[in-house]
Amino acid sequence: MEIENYPINPDCFDEAFSQPGVPRSNCLSFANRLKELSDEELIRRQASAEFLLRDLGITFTVYGHQSGTEKIWPFDLLPRIISGQEWGPIEKGLIQRIEALNLFIDDLYNDQKIVKDKVFPAEMLATSKTFRQQMIGFQVPQKVWCHISGVDLVRAGDGKFYVLEDNLRCPSGVSYVLENREILKRTLANLFDGMNVKAIDDYPDRLLDALLSCAPAGSHDPIAVLLTPGIYNSAYFEHTFLAQKMGIELVQGSDLTVQDDCVYMCTTRGLKRVDVIYRRIDDDFIDPKHFNPDSMLGVPGIMDVYRAGNVTLANAPGAGVADDKAVYTYVPKIIEYYLKEDPILCNVPTYLCADPTQRQHVLANPEKFVFKPVNESGGYGIVLGPKATRKELDNVTQLVKSNPRNYVAQPMLQLSTVPTLIDGKLQPRHVDLRPFVLRGKETYVMPGGLTRVALPKGSMVVNSSQGGGSKDTWVLDATVENVVPDPHDSMSQQQNQSQTQRVG
Amino acid sequence: MLSRVADSVYWMSRYVERAENVARFLDVNYNLTLGDTSAFMHQWLPLIYTTGDQSDFNERYKEPSRENTLQFLLFDDQNPNSVLSCISMARECARTVREVLPSSLWEQLNRFRLLVLEASKTREVLDQPYEFCESVRTASQLLSGVAMSSMLHDEAWSFMQMGRYIERADKTSRIVDVQYFILLPKPEDVGTSIDVIRWSALLKSADALNMYRRMHGRIVPEKVAEFLFLDPFFPRSIRFCVNQVQDCFYRMKEQESEREDLPSERLIQQLSTRLNTIKISEIIGQGMHVFVDQFQGALNSLGNIIYADFFSTTSQTPRKILTESNT
Repeated sequence: MEIENYPINPDCFDEAFSQPGVPRSNCLSFANRLKELSDEELIRRQASAEFLLRDLGITFTVYGHQSGTEKIWPFDLLPRIISGQEWGPIEKGLIQRIEALNLFIDDLYNDQKIVKDKVFPAEMLATSKTFRQQMIGFQVPQKVWCHISGVDLVRAGDGKFYVLEDNLRCPSGVSYVLENREILKRTLANLFDGMNVKAIDDYPDRLLDALLSCAPAGSHDPIAVLLTPGIYNSAYFEHTFLAQKMGIELVQGSDLTVQDDCVYMCTTRGLKRVDVIYRRIDDDFIDPKHFNPDSMLGVPGIMDVYRAGNVTLANAPGAGVADDKAVYTYVPKIIEYYLKEDPILCNVPTYLCADPTQRQHVLANPEKFVFKPVNESGGYGIVLGPKATRKELDNVTQLVKSNPRNYVAQPMLQLSTVPTLIDGKLQPRHVDLRPFVLRGKETYVMPGGLTRVALPKGSMVVNSSQGGGSKDTWVLDATVENVVPDPHDSMSQQQNQSQTQRVG
Repeated sequence: MLSRVADSVYWMSRYVERAENVARFLDVNYNLTLGDTSAFMHQWLPLIYTTGDQSDFNERYKEPSRENTLQFLLFDDQNPNSVLSCISMARECARTVREVLPSSLWEQLNRFRLLVLEASKTREVLDQPYEFCESVRTASQLLSGVAMSSMLHDEAWSFMQMGRYIERADKTSRIVDVQYFILLPKPEDVGTSIDVIRWSALLKSADALNMYRRMHGRIVPEKVAEFLFLDPFFPRSIRFCVNQVQDCFYRMKEQESEREDLPSERLIQQLSTRLNTIKISEIIGQGMHVFVDQFQGALNSLGNIIYADFFSTTSQTPRKILTESNT
């Protein structure tokens, strides 16, 4: 595969090449190996990876399509490579962030010290849609609210990683990370071998450990289950995948029943007690008795059992209060408040539409900003100012004015690019990164995470529901890394200085 | 295991077995009607009877031509018993219980479905069904082979086996019932070569011809019926299938602490005892059709009672709560 003519987009940070034909140090040995591989061979392997995905039935569901709602997960064979040195601060930054958010949630449902100290506005809390009254005054087991988090990162033109959003409500994607690695190993074995890529295969064991370590006090040999909304959920594949890898039962609401303040599952031999529920059902649907009364997915009475301390729900109901995109703007302050530390990972500059001055600023030039509803996920409801029509801009302006608390605005980011195999050639495509963080007795960050790639040329929309694919993410082991200094790297850093302003 | 999961694996294997049986008798029938334009022209209708879907077929198709029959039984997605519907439903069952299945089994089932889906898009199969029917049979057998050698032979396995053998017993009894009805009432054909060909075809559709020849040599209608109903060693005979189902119950009960027999366990014992002691002369004496009717009635009740005993999650009878000792 020829790498000399790889067309770098000068407006973005390319993660593999600093200049045409010059790999960055993190990609040097991979690029050398790639050169050895013929075009035909690479295309053949990409095809065999696609066959594997099809045979394995690795799919996701797109809502709103009549036929063939189940889509094959698009996978690009070429990995995204992050050096151990780059990864170190990301890992520390994520641990710090989740630690602080966890303390924040616990505080909001109990003493509300941060509100009393006027660091977090009472107004913000009063207008939160994801704050759950039902959780006020509740002590969660081990003080863990977010057992599983996914934090979306982007790499901007300056080459730095920024946090785009926190996902504290059943974030999905980790199964694809594990499957991507599996497929890459099967189809590109000789390029993977000896690269000292940090292993991720132990994620399911660590997840199970994290869940069980938060079992209700007094349950010995606790039983965990994964609660799914069922096969029509977009992440159903992931639910089965994780249940299987952890060796726990995958249950639906109808499999569970509440009796005498305990939760049981219906088995062929009778009712069996359940201690920990990794629930992939939103708060609103988990218990028709306490939340949405029309929910068919949940288990009536499960919140009573939870409050009685006889079952653990992960993540805890109400944890979503901290991943509201308006709350996100306060996270740097939250970190300073609870941990007395400077944030290691920066936020993307974000304007709160609830604030009159900031609102005025973004609505003066809406075509320059990205507008996001504060509680949506999966890219739903986002308006990209620079790509929107006049009508769409007028619409979003109206929406913001009628419900300012529901919107934030961010400058349009130039996401970093990674070489991607398009029509048999290397082409730069924009990516983001979702690392996964587990919190049980201690906090663990999976090395790497889900790299999503926007496959259409120039597109920055990485959501799988809108033409996104994914890549395997390699974090090289810093302890064994043999870094060859790259003379061009420092130069490219300087070149990129000028772009920092565009981002900031 | 979870009741819902047990239900799904049971139906998954029933659907796969059903698809395989449809492919089997279609293939043989096609073979049989080849080259004969008159006598066997109307020999496609019995196939529809075998699956029990004649009213649905008559509503939507004009005549039981070869093409219509093949389309209806292989690819009609409105016919719940077509090969395409069966495999799609089997996959849907598997999709809801992927966590208990080995990934190789899931992969094989996916390939199976793609195979049927692709074939349904071409006209080729309707003209030349042989290869396709063959690949359906092979895919189904590959699936049981994969399950056999990669699955834990635990409770889920037992429910899968149960589903497979109940379905197979049902289909074997139907095939014999329908063919016997057609084949027997023509006294002038008895002992002629046409007679032998038809009975051979019947055996072939159950993959039984060679095995029958080894056991009994000449083709004798009564012997054929005996072989397909009561042979203790032939894996598609209804007696063999019922005994396999009983074994599944035994295996599951062995893993549990002492308890009383469930209604389904009592029924399978009765059924098995009856088939182990009855003679073919008795069956023919009371009328083949009456016997098959009773047998299918019993299988249906068995299915319903299995559901109540193991699968239902909204059971009227309160379930017992398991403690450490009896899990």
